[in-house]
Amino acid sequence: MILRTVAAGAAVVAAVLGIAIAWTRPAAIAPAAAPPAPPSAAVLAAGARVVALGDCMVCHTSPVGRAYAGGLGLATPFGTIYSTNITPDPDTGIGRWTSAAFRRALREGVARDGHQLYPAFPYTHTTRMSDQDIDLAYAYLMSRTPVRVRQPDNELIFPLNFRPLLAFWNMLYLRPGDGAAPGPGQVERGRYLVDALGHCAACHSGLNLLGGERNPPFGGGTVDGWHAPALTRLASGRVPWTQDDLADYLGSGLSLAHGAAKGPMRPVTERLAGVPRADVEAMAAYLMTIQQPARAMVAASPQAAPALVPAAVKASGTESAGAALFAAACATCHGPAAPLTRLANRPALARSSAVTGDDPANFIQTVLHGIAWERPAPGGAAAAYMPPFGDVLSDAQVADLAAWVRTGMAGRPAWSDVARASGKLRKEARP
Amino acid sequence: MSKTGKDTVDTTRVEVNGRPRDLRADPATPLLYVLRGELALNGAKFGCGMGQCGACTVLLDDQPVFSCVTPLAACAGRRVRTVEGLGSAARPGRLQAAFIEHQAAQCGYCIAGMIVRAQALLDRVPHPTDDQIRRHMEPNLCRCGTHHRILAAIRAAAGAAP
Repeated sequence: MILRTVAAGAAVVAAVLGIAIAWTRPAAIAPAAAPPAPPSAAVLAAGARVVALGDCMVCHTSPVGRAYAGGLGLATPFGTIYSTNITPDPDTGIGRWTSAAFRRALREGVARDGHQLYPAFPYTHTTRMSDQDIDLAYAYLMSRTPVRVRQPDNELIFPLNFRPLLAFWNMLYLRPGDGAAPGPGQVERGRYLVDALGHCAACHSGLNLLGGERNPPFGGGTVDGWHAPALTRLASGRVPWTQDDLADYLGSGLSLAHGAAKGPMRPVTERLAGVPRADVEAMAAYLMTIQQPARAMVAASPQAAPALVPAAVKASGTESAGAALFAAACATCHGPAAPLTRLANRPALARSSAVTGDDPANFIQTVLHGIAWERPAPGGAAAAYMPPFGDVLSDAQVADLAAWVRTGMAGRPAWSDVARASGKLRKEARP
Repeated sequence: MSKTGKDTVDTTRVEVNGRPRDLRADPATPLLYVLRGELALNGAKFGCGMGQCGACTVLLDDQPVFSCVTPLAACAGRRVRTVEGLGSAARPGRLQAAFIEHQAAQCGYCIAGMIVRAQALLDRVPHPTDDQIRRHMEPNLCRCGTHHRILAAIRAAAGAAP
């Protein structure tokens, strides 16, 4: 009897869920009858700019694959999601997508055949793209070389591998845009580029337990074992970012006042190197408007004050071990009189955001893995290179080095648990 | 493990080409200077001094590293192999023989580093594909442009592997 009641109850729940899912399941959009006509040179150039600003290539290209053919594994707390093939191959890419299907994908996170896309694809941002920019991106992508490659299936934990559930997630996190162009003025343009196209918040806001971006946005997050710094505290701290610093950094991957783009930010700046300077200036102008008041920041971070202490005076045991490692491994480039700082005008290590930040992750990652040579990118200038030290230094030595650079050289309070974090990041590193 | 205190007169023990050596140099010295200065192992060369060119490549626990930016302190208790450890002029090792056979050296400055880096690959992957060889050798530069001969020599050595 009880069993029968339970079974009946389960059937009712299943039926209700089924109806809800059927009700929310979007319809398929018929495949395009023919590929779109080749775009004009002007449309192609404008589309390339939109796609660069949207950083599409960064995720939709794997290190061993062709451009836009997907296959990059994105490690999320819910499993690995593989980016899709967005070349115009008819069977494995978006070759059969109409511009209406493409627009729906960017606006609602739904594929041409009606299946829900995972929000690793930042449709919660691209939903606010203008109709015109979406059409330009479509024209550009549909004119790429088709690549026939089927990417691996996602490896997600149950029940998240059940896509219809995303309809409910979208009710919480998707605020659909209306296709309007951004308002007039540099700041509005910058807001649009940072939010709708650049989807900066996807990394710089951090995610909550449901995989939604934290609110308020831009409080900082973690991606691939790197710390994505808060974007609301750039203008405070000991070395405040200026609008020009930010524009330099975004457009070239290097700010002479703060250091080089590293980790997941590096490919972003490689793409932004190809857009007009006015675009990165607009992004910088907008970012300057979201800064928290400096006074609140001083109260919030007690370590903002200490003055730079001459290094040799206060070397503790671990610091002097770190100083020895620094002398052999780092000083040729980062020492006080090194040509890199004297002639090439690179910032002193003590000013680098990876050293001055509260989280040691970016310092550790850079020491372990270095900074690779620039990949060939249109308009990309060589920003920075550093050899990797993962095979040279032990985790304890990375911690010694951190103690010296952070405390001895930069005069900041020591980070804790660096050796353990180094061991952890070493294990997480991708092959 | 590593001895880095200023007041210490200790030595740093490193296994170099299979022999334990107690090295007197300051632990803050780059390994390259210790190999060349204290041990007269002159195979590894000073190229850029910044870990960019690979002329100073040696193996540290079987991994290729730039010895010009490798602190002696980081080598304590570990194994170092240099080009001298792979054979001699009279009895060249397999890679060395292949480099001679293919006349892979022009000025020769980069060659010790090239051979050592290639050795790390063959230790791990006895029969690498061309793509694996190219990717693996990427950090080492040759200004003369003998890359094709270097690749041919590595291919030959890999093909001759048991």
